[in-house]
Amino acid sequence: MIEVKDVFFTYTNNVEALKGVSLKIREGDFVAIMGQNGAGKTTLVKHFNGLLKPTKGSVIVNGVDTREESVAKLSRRVGFVFQNPDSQLFCETVEEEVAFALRNFGFQEKVIKTRVEWAINLLGLTRYRQTSPFMLSGGERKRVALASVLAWDPDVVILDEPTIGQDYQQKEKLRQFIIQLNTQGKTVVIVTHDVEFVAECNPRVVFMVEGKIVGQGAAKQVLTDRKLLARASIVPPQISQIFMGLADFGLPTDVIDVYEAKEILLDFLEAKS
Amino acid sequence: MVGVLCESRAVDETLAIIETSDLTYTYPGGTEPSLVDVSLTIEKGEFVILTGPSGCGKTTLCRCFNGLVPHFYSGKLEGDTTVAGFRVSEHSIYELAKHVGLVFQNPENQLFALSVEKDVAFGLENLGLPREEMKRQVDWALQMTGIADLRERAPHELSGGQQQRVAIASVIAMKPDVMVLDEPTSFLDPLGAQKIFEVIDGLNKELGITVILVEHRLDLASKYANHVIVMDEGKVVLDGKPLDVFSSEDARLIGVGIPKATRLYQALRESGVHLNSIPVNSQEASLLLQEVLTRDRG
Repeated sequence: MIEVKDVFFTYTNNVEALKGVSLKIREGDFVAIMGQNGAGKTTLVKHFNGLLKPTKGSVIVNGVDTREESVAKLSRRVGFVFQNPDSQLFCETVEEEVAFALRNFGFQEKVIKTRVEWAINLLGLTRYRQTSPFMLSGGERKRVALASVLAWDPDVVILDEPTIGQDYQQKEKLRQFIIQLNTQGKTVVIVTHDVEFVAECNPRVVFMVEGKIVGQGAAKQVLTDRKLLARASIVPPQISQIFMGLADFGLPTDVIDVYEAKEILLDFLEAKS
Repeated sequence: MVGVLCESRAVDETLAIIETSDLTYTYPGGTEPSLVDVSLTIEKGEFVILTGPSGCGKTTLCRCFNGLVPHFYSGKLEGDTTVAGFRVSEHSIYELAKHVGLVFQNPENQLFALSVEKDVAFGLENLGLPREEMKRQVDWALQMTGIADLRERAPHELSGGQQQRVAIASVIAMKPDVMVLDEPTSFLDPLGAQKIFEVIDGLNKELGITVILVEHRLDLASKYANHVIVMDEGKVVLDGKPLDVFSSEDARLIGVGIPKATRLYQALRESGVHLNSIPVNSQEASLLLQEVLTRDRG
């Protein structure tokens, strides 16, 4: 579905943000791209809907080279939710904001109404329908941005730092919601620093360092691989840290989930007694 | 630097540094109040975490501490706020700025100068500091936040994380009595966030600056705090020591991001395994678990 082939990208200020990245994202994949600030994560995903075009190499989306397609056309299939919602919001009410892209894509008014309704309910924004997005808190604006992208039902949803400004409950909703989208066959790509969120979502994880991919695999493997974590300067999830501290007891070290951790500890205690 | 700041620090040491009583506030054009009967006391030198669901009024409360509410936002305000001995309603934002530094949630709202250095120096220029002292404080702030090499760069060209450091530098340069930081690390990766928390912790411990940190990422931040305030729907619903707040059932119900180490403790307790105390970070959890595993083994 998305194929990144040996992509290099240099910004106009001569910063080389991508240095030979190759990555395949298949239909229905759920991928988290992780790495430090400045590792090139956002630069990479901006290539997926053609916002950026490679300086060298190529990005193929649904068989089409992004250099030969307009962003408008690519966006219809690949929706992008920005890190900073203020980069994306500008309408006077939440409702208009969510409807805006739908109008642009030329949907019928009746369809627009249903889609807006659906997206606003889905993200718990019903009471803000007539409110200006700029009156809302940072976390709420983020949800408006997400609603406005989901409304047009793209095949691929890219979320750049979706958990910023979200409280625990919202994160839990977001997680269920991402899993739901993914179960329905949507391809989901998240860019995030939030290692605990990734530990709970359990996607395929791609680590980036200085414009390159340095490792990838299942969350459980990658987020407990000390060497790789150190190389990508990522703090392991708390549960993984706790189990690193229990290595002497012969317990498994590839644990990132609270409930799995509990089961393992209970089994261990059971066996001893 | 010491001279100017001491003069402005005519604060009675025995007073709470921030006190609000029955604060109720509605934004202009708002239908419901964003703050409802908020009464709280923050002592001088505390490291406070202010948390709660998004939209619960945290940012609004922060705006009351430096006078943005009511002087900038107007709207309808009832009740009283006293910060560093000043009744906020009776003093201008400019006067309050010497005592309360606010780091905004979105750094782009705060940065405007053509270079990082100028942005960091801006507040000091307004305080009328002599050039040499100003330079020293700017250098110090840039060092503390790890952005000395960015001093000539334009803030708007920097990454979100770098901008957040600039915003923090421009506030700490003024060495205020109180620093209010509204999710200051949201754009930073965990290591970058930890570094910033350590900087803030250092300012709190070494200079006695009272810190109010709005934060969802309690996994990372909780170990620095000695006071946690949880808000929900404009009200203060929990107010106390970190351990008491995190282990309360209410905290879970209103969706505070309890650290995983504490969640594991809770999950084990539900299954009848008791640790000797409640861990809030992974190190504590490992040690407590080692005790239990060894005990049951022997």
